[in-house]
Amino acid sequence: MIQPVLLWTDALIFVLLVVVLVFAWVARGREHLRAPWREVVRSRIAVASLVVLGVYTVTGLLDSVHYRKALPTQDGQQETQYSGDVLSLLDTLLGPLRTQEEKTYSAPFATQLYAKETVSGPDGTQTRMFPRLKYGGAHLSDPASQKGADIARRSALALAEAVAVLLLLYGLLGLRLARKWRRSWRAAMGTIASGKAEVPWRTALLTLAVFVLLITLMINLSAAYHVLGTDKVGQDVLYQTIKSIRTGLVIGTLTTLVMLPFAVFLGMMAGYFRGWVDDVIQYLYTTLNSIPGVLLIAAAVLMMQVYMANHPELFETMAERADLRLLFLCLILGITSWTGLCRLLRGETLKLRELDYVQAADAFGVSKSSILLRHLLPNLMHLVMIAVVIDFSGLVLAEAVLSYVGVGVDPTTQSWGNMINRARLEMAREPMVWWSLLAAFSFMFVLVLAANLFSDAVRDAFDPRLRAQR
Amino acid sequence: MSDALLQVRDLSVWIGSGAGAIRPVDAVSFHIRRGETFALLGESGCGKSMTALALLRLLPQPAGEIIGGSVQLHGEELLALPETGMRSIRGGRIAMIFQEPMTSLNPVMTVGAQIAESLEQHKGLRGSQAQRRVIELLDDVGIPDAARRYGEYPHQLSGGMKQRVMIAIALAGDPELLIADEPTTALDVTIQAQVLDLIRRLQEKRGMAVLLITHDLGVVSEMADRIAVMYAGQLVEQAPRNVFFGHAQHPYSDRLFAALPDSSKRTQRLTVIPGTVPPLNQTFHGCRFADRCERAWDTCRSQVPDWFDTGVEQGVRCHLADATLTPAAAQGVAGADEPGPAVQAGGAGKETLLKVDDLKVHFPIHRGFFKRVVGQVRAVDGVSLSINEGQTLALVGESGCGKTTVGKGILQLLDTTAGSVRFDSVELTQLRGEALRSRRSDFQIIFQDPYSSMNPRMRIVDIIEEGMIAQRIGSSAQQRRQRAQELLRQVGLRPEHIHRYPHEFSGGQRQRICIARALAVEPKLIVCDEPTSALDVSVQAQILNLLRDLQRELGLSFLFITHDLSVVSYIADRVAVMYLGRIVEEGEVSEVLEDPAHPYTRALLSAVPQVNRDERREKIHLEGDLPSPSSPPQGCHFHPRCPQALPECALRYPPVTHPSATRMVRCHLVSDAAAERA
Amino acid sequence: MFAYIIRRALYAIPILVGVNLLTFVLFFVVNSPDDVARMHLGMKRVTPEAIEKWKEEHGYSRPLLYNADASGTGKLTETIFYDKSVRLFAFDFGSSDAGRDIGEDISQRMWPSLAIALPTLLIGLLVNISFSMLLAFFRGTYLDLSGVMLCVVLMSISGLFYIIGGQYLFSKLLHLVPVSGYEPGLQAWRFILLPVVIGVFSGIGSSSRWYRTIFLEEINRDYVRTARAKGLPEVRLLFRHVLKNALVPILTGIVVVLPLLFMGSLIMESFFGIPGLGSYTIEAIQTQDFAIVRAMVFLGSVLYILGLLLTDISYTLVDPRIRLS
Repeated sequence: MIQPVLLWTDALIFVLLVVVLVFAWVARGREHLRAPWREVVRSRIAVASLVVLGVYTVTGLLDSVHYRKALPTQDGQQETQYSGDVLSLLDTLLGPLRTQEEKTYSAPFATQLYAKETVSGPDGTQTRMFPRLKYGGAHLSDPASQKGADIARRSALALAEAVAVLLLLYGLLGLRLARKWRRSWRAAMGTIASGKAEVPWRTALLTLAVFVLLITLMINLSAAYHVLGTDKVGQDVLYQTIKSIRTGLVIGTLTTLVMLPFAVFLGMMAGYFRGWVDDVIQYLYTTLNSIPGVLLIAAAVLMMQVYMANHPELFETMAERADLRLLFLCLILGITSWTGLCRLLRGETLKLRELDYVQAADAFGVSKSSILLRHLLPNLMHLVMIAVVIDFSGLVLAEAVLSYVGVGVDPTTQSWGNMINRARLEMAREPMVWWSLLAAFSFMFVLVLAANLFSDAVRDAFDPRLRAQR
Repeated sequence: MSDALLQVRDLSVWIGSGAGAIRPVDAVSFHIRRGETFALLGESGCGKSMTALALLRLLPQPAGEIIGGSVQLHGEELLALPETGMRSIRGGRIAMIFQEPMTSLNPVMTVGAQIAESLEQHKGLRGSQAQRRVIELLDDVGIPDAARRYGEYPHQLSGGMKQRVMIAIALAGDPELLIADEPTTALDVTIQAQVLDLIRRLQEKRGMAVLLITHDLGVVSEMADRIAVMYAGQLVEQAPRNVFFGHAQHPYSDRLFAALPDSSKRTQRLTVIPGTVPPLNQTFHGCRFADRCERAWDTCRSQVPDWFDTGVEQGVRCHLADATLTPAAAQGVAGADEPGPAVQAGGAGKETLLKVDDLKVHFPIHRGFFKRVVGQVRAVDGVSLSINEGQTLALVGESGCGKTTVGKGILQLLDTTAGSVRFDSVELTQLRGEALRSRRSDFQIIFQDPYSSMNPRMRIVDIIEEGMIAQRIGSSAQQRRQRAQELLRQVGLRPEHIHRYPHEFSGGQRQRICIARALAVEPKLIVCDEPTSALDVSVQAQILNLLRDLQRELGLSFLFITHDLSVVSYIADRVAVMYLGRIVEEGEVSEVLEDPAHPYTRALLSAVPQVNRDERREKIHLEGDLPSPSSPPQGCHFHPRCPQALPECALRYPPVTHPSATRMVRCHLVSDAAAERA
Repeated sequence: MFAYIIRRALYAIPILVGVNLLTFVLFFVVNSPDDVARMHLGMKRVTPEAIEKWKEEHGYSRPLLYNADASGTGKLTETIFYDKSVRLFAFDFGSSDAGRDIGEDISQRMWPSLAIALPTLLIGLLVNISFSMLLAFFRGTYLDLSGVMLCVVLMSISGLFYIIGGQYLFSKLLHLVPVSGYEPGLQAWRFILLPVVIGVFSGIGSSSRWYRTIFLEEINRDYVRTARAKGLPEVRLLFRHVLKNALVPILTGIVVVLPLLFMGSLIMESFFGIPGLGSYTIEAIQTQDFAIVRAMVFLGSVLYILGLLLTDISYTLVDPRIRLS
């Protein structure tokens, strides 16, 4: 028995997903909305980064379906009691990764702990040694001689699985495209493989291949080893980095979702109505802008901490508390970051309102709200789109910095920032513990790089000024 | 041809590469002799500017590429020169001036420094020597107070002045050839006359050759010794000036003349060239003009015409010149607009539809902490006019004189400062909110720029229906859709295109859609704000014909705002001439254009380049630029530039005089007809 | 000019009032001083007396906005709002929750901050402009393409990585400079060097790419075509025409952050143990010393507004089209 849990950020993520899907559906029928996207997916780099973003997004979505497990019913109890642990679909999928905890640090693929411990032998003697891990390589009788072969065997299996999955995907894609292009399956497969299709399907498949291989490797190896080692409390580092994906995505997307209505509405108002409306809005954003961002966020987060500390009764579970804190961080980040887009939209609206087609609408007696909605908003959307994708990577990076400063997400939330923050002091250890840092940095780097490359393609496609330059 | 200064053979340019490459210049050959003016004439998108840029190897990089041909200056092959060698040619032996003087100068360098740079590059002059020479050059190009201008920045100069500075830069290297790429297109007609005059004077003085690139037949007629006509990337005709203006051989050139509006064609429809210039990213299998040519026959569509020499320095690219071919009987081109039967111009009713009285539109200048109003830009400063039902009133003036503001003020798209606008005996300036909104269907507007006047994110059907919905015309969606299709047919477009987006149409087609949009709400008056000035001559004729047809069918009234006097003489019944926010002369078109009374009107008329040079009137040259409407000169606004100014003119603004019953002039030189009789 | 500066300075007042109100609401209305006291004292077993005592000691015992017990103007001045917020306008920052004089601290700690931030900015500017000019010169070639790609990769790496990696490489492995610390006077360079190098390096990606865009935008303008038609060599074109125009947006973008350099960098200073305002702020955040955070918020906005003013002035210096009116 399980009880579904809908956290606030879950709900918003699904709202966002619905918005994106609806937009995609609307855009299908409108040539001017579709054309720039078609140009985006023609670029090989954009497609590759889209695949990367897609893999991250799916992981994040899986991690956004939460529930609580029922506790075993005790005698005399009528109601089912639910565990205080809120799990996600991803947790279940990762299974052993979450539960196989060691005692403390262990290096990637290690079979022994990283620190010496005093172990009392069966005969009562005490020796200082590196004890064997509870899970990592526990199935090996003599790790020193067997480990290499075991890893190679498991990797080979993973490779075979990956190839099988890929061939399947390739075949299915071929079938799908053959129907779309009205060509034979064989011809479609050939076009894909030659890389000459309009959409670079081959690039997409090859990028996907990397991820499929990584996933099969993970499945095969992580059952028996801690692929990326364990941290101070013995938790698997790979599990932590994967769980951190959701946090990064939430901050990157929900923040923009929060700020967009403000920025679009106020920017358009200021530009269209001018006069005192403009003065007030300009005052508002100059004031907010004048406080250095980190300080405003710090101040707001500190105050929120005090508030939460004083009102512990508001949260049923730890997860809810951490989740609200995450949401609140998004809100604060949103409030501090809408000013740039608002100013941009105000300037653009000032230009647009003088254009002939707005004047023509005026001459027809079209109402102001209708002018704003039908004439101004659609012609500002490309700027909004560009801003959204460009902001994303900056926000993911900002999370790490804020968590380091101590005003980021809740310490119990898995995030790259928290991982880095915790691992920072481990650099000073002798010998050094490097795997947590490296894992967090590389997962973050891949996401941000993909986002940056993708936003480049989007900007090129949507900004006509840039297009003219090329 | 041994005396040729510049010899161009088979020059070809591609933009982009692969199948989609555009070929704006395709095997173009011509030569220019020392000291002569050679004009390259053609509509926009014909490859004229690309040809010019290719001569200097200044094509936009990295897309543009010269893919073949030869350019020889005194027998020296320019296309084979290394880039460093090219630098001594550019600005040294061949100089170039561009169309947009506003953006062609570096905004953060002084005018002097920009000229001196060229001197340093080509003459090795530096320091005070260079400075002295710069001031000489500024003097040469007619910039007053040259020593002071030396240290000024481009934004402190007017458009005409900037173009003079550009010319000074070009002259700094003592070039043998000056390429002038539409040098006056961005300038007003009186400034254009000044600049053209300057180029001609400098050319005579220095014995410099000029390659003049323009779309304006009038300019060509006034300036050129020899002419080449360019169409869709190729030269289609070449001839000395007198031959060309006497008897153009290519059907395209011929039609260009016929499409020019003027008063002699008032009673007929203009001849138009249907369609538009074909896209240049294709391989042609016939004559590029065949689809628009009324004399085309099968051969024209199946066989590419060769170049035929038809005389000394004279030739044409047309099958008609090929003696071995017998032209079949001319087949009418689909949709060709033949010169129709006589059109009754101005079947004007006598009812007054619009009466504007002492209209003022002032824009306050805010300054200081509390945004105090420290001055007023008097864009419109007391304009009175009236339009009868079914009549066309043309409002003429140079840019910045306030004519567009008058139009928008009448339509209540701007807040008027004072005065009254009575439409159908309703005072519009007093109407607010819903009362005004419900009357908006009576008066509509068509804009100058066909690209910015339609929302690019809306389909044509939505654009046309928007006004109907706002004005509650048509009871059902079905009815509105039908009417929208009907309107498209009426303006000469295909009703099935109703679901397309604006970018799928050419400039002329867009202007037709704008007309359909205005007609959708069944207006009585349409303000046409320079509706044809962004269009080529051939397309302009299509639109002018359409407007006249619609006027006849629907009894529309037009307020036709324009700077082009030839359009006025063709389409208008009455004309009002504006100068700095006020109307200085008004009357029937025939009286005003044939016997202008105000010195400004006279100067304006004489500044227009005439196609027929023999009938040219004596030129009146206006000095200086239009003053700023925020601080107009004392007395008559025109007196500082007026060649006939009296001492009185500087003291007070001239009163309204009526030399005849239909005419109004504000000038101290003109007295009232009534007063004269007395 | 002078009148203009005065006028612009007056514009700043309503903005500072806004900032002040906002921080007041954040710090005293969202959570009452009682809440803050409770948190500082720890959650459990907090007696009302302990709270009162804590408030007394730290100067939070007065009413928020209106003191009914006081007389005359004291009704308004003997309040927390007056004590903590209005006084900021006189740059009277009061004392921190730990009892130190904040104004004193700021005047001491801003110099180390500046010693790091200023060289980072200047060297960074030089490096980025040179690099982006190089890319612009070779625009469209593979050099340019790979340069842009490098920029994107560099800007996708977290700033924390540069710091941690740099410290590890230069201090721990190569032992070139001390890991962290600071020493005033000439010896400071040993401690400044690494943060500056890392600061410059971590900024290359985004700045160079942005500058390159600006350069390319300028290169496509009509006046460059005019200059080319004069026969100027490409290098001269780039330096005399393009650079001069491109510097307008670049410099004015820099000027706005100039005053903020005093505030230092939070991350850099805390990693390298520089006793500047950045680490001061971060310590305040971590120890939840709200008095300091409040002071830094106010100081930050004053400096930002100063930056805006300087930007306007610098525009008139580099762009002849703009004159102060």
